Formats: sequence, C-alpha cells, structure tokens
Amino acid sequence: MGLISNGTTLLDAGALDSGIATGAMTLLSTATASSSSTIDFTSGIDSTYKEYIFKFISIHQSNDGADFQFQVDTGTNTNYNQTITSAGFLAYHQEDDSASALSTHSGSAVLHQETGFQDLGRSLGNDNDQSLSGELHLFEPSSSTFAKQFMAVINEAASDNGTNQRHVTGYINTTTAITRIRFKADAGTIDSGTIKMYGIK
Amino acid sequence: MAVISNGTTIADAGAFSVGLGDMVHIKTITASNDANVDFEHGSSSVVLDGTYPIYLFKFINVHPATDTVEFQFQANAAGATGFNETITSTVFRAYHDESGSGQAVEYYAAKDQANGTSYQSITDDVGNGNDESLAGELYLFNPSSTTFVKHFMARTTDYNSNDHNLTWHTAGYFNTTTAIDQIAFKFESGNIDSGIFKLYGLKDS
Repeated sequence: MGLISNGTTLLDAGALDSGIATGAMTLLSTATASSSSTIDFTSGIDSTYKEYIFKFISIHQSNDGADFQFQVDTGTNTNYNQTITSAGFLAYHQEDDSASALSTHSGSAVLHQETGFQDLGRSLGNDNDQSLSGELHLFEPSSSTFAKQFMAVINEAASDNGTNQRHVTGYINTTTAITRIRFKADAGTIDSGTIKMYGIK
Repeated sequence: MAVISNGTTIADAGAFSVGLGDMVHIKTITASNDANVDFEHGSSSVVLDGTYPIYLFKFINVHPATDTVEFQFQANAAGATGFNETITSTVFRAYHDESGSGQAVEYYAAKDQANGTSYQSITDDVGNGNDESLAGELYLFNPSSTTFVKHFMARTTDYNSNDHNLTWHTAGYFNTTTAIDQIAFKFESGNIDSGIFKLYGLKDS
C-alpha cells in the first residue's frame, strides 16, 4: 500500500518514492579510537557509491611527532600494501609567528609506486589539546578499469606548536577493486578520535 | 504506529527507518545590506553545539557593498562576546586574471594568524561590480569539545576587483578548549550587500 499525500506518492513498495529528497551523503560507519593500533573499515566499500568520504575528528595520537597514515587492500586481504603514487603540499604557521610558508611534500611524505602507508598528517603534537581533523575522498574504489584516485585535506596541531594545512592527493595504482582501508599512527597508537565513513550518491 | 510498506518498516517510534541523508540543513540566512551574518547556537533555530561533530557553512554569491574588501569570520566561545577567540592559521592562494597575463600560487603570510584574535580573512579584494561576488565553504570540527582546539578549513573562490579569479585555502584552529557556539561572517569594511549563507550539520550516527 502506498502513502499518498495531496496526490503525491511519498512511499510505496517498501521504499520512499524516488522523487522524495533524502540527501546525497549517507553515513555508513563510525569508528572511535581508544589507544588503537589500527582503525580498519573492512565492509561497506563497494560499488554502491562512486565516492566515499572519511572524516577525521579530533584524532589524538599517543606519541609526539608521529604521523597519521592510511593504506588500502583488496578482497579480504590484510596486507594493506597497495601501490601508491602521491603528491602533496602544506601551508604551515607557528603559534609564535616564527615561521610560515607553503612547502611541497617530499621524501617519505610522498610515495612513488611504493607500497608503504601514505601519510595524511605528519609530526602531530600529543599535548592534551592537540589533534588532527580533516577528510579523505576515495573515488570509485570498485572500478576494475581505473587506478583509484584519492585526495585529502587535513588541519593538524603540530608537535612544534603550529598549524599545518595539508593537501594530499594520489592514486592507488591497481585496477582491482579496493574493499578496505586502514588508518594508523606510524609510531604508538591513536589515543582517541573519531573516523566516519560516508557514501556519496 | 509504524508505517510499513510492502513489508518494510519506513517509520516507527517517531523516526524514519530508512536513510534520509546525513548532511542536515540547519539554517539559511539571506544577507540584505547587513553588517554581519551571525550563527549563534540557540538563536533563530541555529544548532551549533554537540549535536553534530562537524558543521559546514556554505557561502553563495556573497556580494559586498564596498569594493576591494576582505571577507572574514570569527567565533565566540560559549558565554563569550566580542568575536576575538585565539586563532593560529595558514593561508595560501592562487589567482589568474581575465587577460591571462598573471597567475601564481603563494603562501599569504600577511593574512595568517599566530595566536591572534582578529577576524580571520578567507578571501580578499572581493569586487562589488554587479556581477562580482564570492562563494565557498567552511568546515568547523568538533566545536563543542572541551578537550581539544577546534580545527577549521575553508576554501573560497571570488571574482575580485582586479578582474581576477582568486582562490584561497585557509585552515587553522581556535586555540581554546572552551566550546565554540557562535560564528559570524563579515567584510572588513562595508556591509554584506547580498548573499546566501547556509549551515549544515553532519550527523554523528
């Protein structure tokens, strides 16, 4: 039985009518860190959505100066070692105004056909009020044709008491579907923080 | 009473059981020759507290009364006034003029703050020609936290008074562990002649 109001079908056949606006951004999963070595999303990444967004909220790590990173894997694999080529840059500024600049990521901050974890945040501070927030977009992870593009924007309170605005982009150089993603600190644990995964219709 | 269609529960116990989207529109303010646009929790149906972990402000065709002005924002901590919270921020920008004769990307040290309390600019030199305006967005993370600094990230595009397209990328944090519950936008001088401001919340669960 349908539900019809003023001549407009609102719902029928077990679903809202396709003409009803329901928003294009769907929260799929939330992970809350608690001295976590890794945070994995191992389900929900498939062909349902062409774009997935991961939001990072007040990520606080146990070790001062540690990096916040991600890698992905295919199928039910747990190696998290897909081949990545990436680029990035940051704008930084110290609280005491002693330094500020725009700087290109180099060295271990970027990967070139490498299988290590990709840094999203670097040299984070672990003072009680220091953290990282931002987002990572992963495009069409289920594609069997294209490499998988990603881009991230991060703001972090750095261990040297400044703010870093990081822009990280790249591609996962595989035509196999990506089904899972892992976040971790390069040293120590993720003390606290929330990571949310959304699908974009 | 539940609403069940074809065996599927659509709504029950005062809530929908089907996904309605997780980016929730909270408030739209349409500026009309206003000195500022102010979103304050608890005022005029604005929600800006622990209800959502992330808030998103969108600016659409914001047009200044005065030519060549900066567009700015600041916050108030809960119970505070004056829009003078402590900010450390970074800014970089890129521009390209209509003639194709000039383009660059640069860190913009003149507009960042180091534990400053000024309004944070998120673009400048906005033109007030009839077809000139700015648009963009600002994310505010976890404003109700009483533990962490409050991160923000903004990006804007504007048609500036020198007939450039200009894009700014601004990020930073409010260096306070008091909850933020009020955000205001304004131009450095003159009024906001017109423009649409929207506030969204991204659901926690």
